This record gives sequence, C-alpha cells and structure tokens, in this order.
Amino acid sequence: MCLAIPGLVEEIFHKEGLTMAKINFAGMRRSACLEYVPGVKTGDYVLVHVGFAISVLDQEEAQRSLDLLKQTGEVNSFKNELDNARDYT
Amino acid sequence: MKYFDEYRDEQLAKNISRQLKETVTQNWTIMEVCGGQTHTILQFGLEQLLPPNVELVHGPGCPICVTPLALIDKAIAIAQQPDVIFCSFGDMLRVPGSKSDLLGVKALGADVRAVYSPLDCLAIAQAEPERKVVFFAVGFETTAPANAMSVWQAKRMGLNNFFLLCSHVLVPPAMSIILESSSNRVQGFLGPGHVCSIMGYKEYIPISRQYRIPIIITGFEPIDLLEGILRCVIQLEEKRAVVENQYGRALTEQGNLAAQALLKEVFAIIDRPWRGMGVIPKSGYKLNSEYKQFDAELAFDVGSVDTVESSICISGEILRGVKKPVDCPAFAKQCTPENPLGATMVSSEGTCASYYKFSRLEKKEASHV
Repeated sequence: MCLAIPGLVEEIFHKEGLTMAKINFAGMRRSACLEYVPGVKTGDYVLVHVGFAISVLDQEEAQRSLDLLKQTGEVNSFKNELDNARDYT
Repeated sequence: MKYFDEYRDEQLAKNISRQLKETVTQNWTIMEVCGGQTHTILQFGLEQLLPPNVELVHGPGCPICVTPLALIDKAIAIAQQPDVIFCSFGDMLRVPGSKSDLLGVKALGADVRAVYSPLDCLAIAQAEPERKVVFFAVGFETTAPANAMSVWQAKRMGLNNFFLLCSHVLVPPAMSIILESSSNRVQGFLGPGHVCSIMGYKEYIPISRQYRIPIIITGFEPIDLLEGILRCVIQLEEKRAVVENQYGRALTEQGNLAAQALLKEVFAIIDRPWRGMGVIPKSGYKLNSEYKQFDAELAFDVGSVDTVESSICISGEILRGVKKPVDCPAFAKQCTPENPLGATMVSSEGTCASYYKFSRLEKKEASHV
C-alpha cells in the first residue's frame, strides 16, 4: 500500500491550478502531481505514490550509501556513522 | 533501471549477508514495520541470507489489513446507495466485509470504480455533478497527503458532490503499543521508509529513547532491507539505541514539509480502531471541522452494520509480532487469500497473504536476489 516507485520527471505542466508532470517509469509514462515537491526540475528522479511525487531522490546520497556498502569494511563504516550520529539515549 | 537494479545486486546482498554473520554473536528479534517491506523479504527470500540467530517478525504496516471490518461494511453499504459512485484503490475492492465485498456489490449493479489516484475522483465528480462520488481514503502517512490534496482541491474547485470515507492510521502509536505489550519480543525496528519520506523521523526519536530500542528507517528494495538489518544488528550488539536513516536517498529528518502543512490544514488526529489490535489512542486522522462537508460518514447515514469477526484468526498476535502465520491452525486451510478469515490475509501485503504466496520460495536458495 505504501508502494512508491522511482520515476524520471520529463515534462512539467499545470492542470486545474495544480503543478503536474509526465513521469517516465522505466518506459511507462504516467502523470503525477508535483505540489509536494516544490522546486523539482525535469531530469530529476522522484518517488511517486498514488499519483503524487512524495520526494525528490537525492542522487549524491544514493551514490554515497552504495559506495559505503561496497567497501570491504562496511561494518566499521556503519559504526563510524553511528559514533557520529546524535545519541539520544 | 536507475534506483532499481543497483538495489537488487546479488553480490552486494551476499557481502552484506557475510558481514551480518561476522557481526552477530547472540539472538536478536527485529520487526520490519511495513507490509511492503514484508513483501520484499518474502519475495526475495531474504531470511535465507540472515544468520540463524537473527529473526524477523512482521509488523502491522498494512493499512488495508488494519482497516476495521465495520468500516468495510460501511463502505459496502454506501456503495449500494443510489446515485453513488464509489471509488477506491484496487486492492481494497476484494477485501471481504461481513457479507460481501465491493466487487460483489458492483456485480449486483453498484457503481464501484478502481482509481489510480484520489485526484481521478475529482474529474469523475466534475463530469457527473448530479451524482455523489465517494473515495475510500485508506492508508498510512504516505497516502494521507494525496487524500488531503483531493479534498483541498475539491474545496477550491467548489465541488459539493465529492466525499472521503476516511480510515487513515499513523505508524508511531502502533509501534508504542507493540513495545508496551507484556508479550513483546521486538528488540529492534526497521522503520517505514515511505511514511518517513512524508513525516521525517523526529517522531521516532522519543520512541527509541523511551524503550531503548534501535530504529533504522529503511527502504523497500532487497539491499535496503539487508543494510537496515545489518545496521540494526550492529546497534544491538553495541548496546546502542539510536534512530538511523538507511533510506537517505528518499528522506530527510524533517520529511516533506509541504505535505505535512496540508495534512495539518485538512485533518485532525483522533483515536482509531485497528483491526486485530483494538483502539489505539491518537493513531489516526479524520477530516477536521473546516472540511467536514466532505466527510462521507457524516453525509451518508447507513445505520448500524452488524459485523462478525472469525474466532480462530490470530491476526492480532501476528500484527504485534508475537506469532507467525504458521502458528495459526487455520492458515492455508480454512484461511486463504480467496477466503480470508482476518486482517493479515485480506491484502497482498498482509503477513499471512505474503507467507501464503511466497511459501514455495522458502525451500529454495535465495539465488535470484
């Protein structure tokens, strides 16, 4: 139910006062509402849920976390991240 | 395709699996909150990549499953009213009420339509002004902004023939209820990534602190889930209890502020009954007084509806992670996706339905990750 699919913003348009876009999902195109992702541009990837873009995917962050996973000492990287994280306990 | 293939990489999955095995020294029980996460775990056989002392239990995060039977009966009654066009997401149409389901009443002549987005209902309401269009607004925080936008836009367009039958539920109160239970087994959570795309994860910090439990906000692809489990196990082994964000590509700590603003504009927080779990305080949304003209429960008086729940079904314990589908005497016997007896079998994302669908995979190697 909370399924949200990544798609590429191809063309932005307006309908009934709402900002909308044509989104390309691996070759399949559907419209989605962009009202919740102000400032999004064509060429951005967004997560779409029930016809609404709910977030803009952060390509740099995606790459950074994949690189971290590919390191051999990923457990140590995660521990370092944990040490740098705010400890709430 | 970008954002899919790299999160289904077999070699990467095996690397994380190896790191998990090297890290774990004792038994841990971790709950993934979302039905979508449960679905991925079973679909890709991820449990076979875990060390035997890491157990996953499956959470209450399937909104269709936890929608009370009484509300489904009410939806079916409204759908049968003259002049009503009853719209819903497709997966709600087959959920059985006490006597029938929405597809059943459609077969008898009711105008029941599956829609892709709640905005589709506004176009229908505009095209058919003499009829009443009702949308079954089910979902967690992920879906609530879409439904909020539909009533906000209906008000702006001056539509007076559009209504929401609202059954929105909120994740954090359900997590607290699970942790409060004397039978609780959960020691760490994989938090709901898409819910947090909307809400951020600030609400999870007091839960982590109060119950001293790690919460890893996690995505939905196999690599996301394995990484979430690894991060959770690292915290458990190190005796830490912090909120971490595994799904940084899709969310920030503060979440989607534009969506949160419209939720605040349109909804009020109320106590809601959860199927299988009972009433949970402050665990849902209803339309607030500014938008009550769109509230289907106020606009349609369908009287009281008698609802009957199965007495064998153990879905309440499954939703709290205390039991698993195989512990139920009715599982895959009297209770199947075609004839579900309770909450966790009614939707494809329910834990019992996922076990039923993917049980054939359990005996095979998870070679297709």
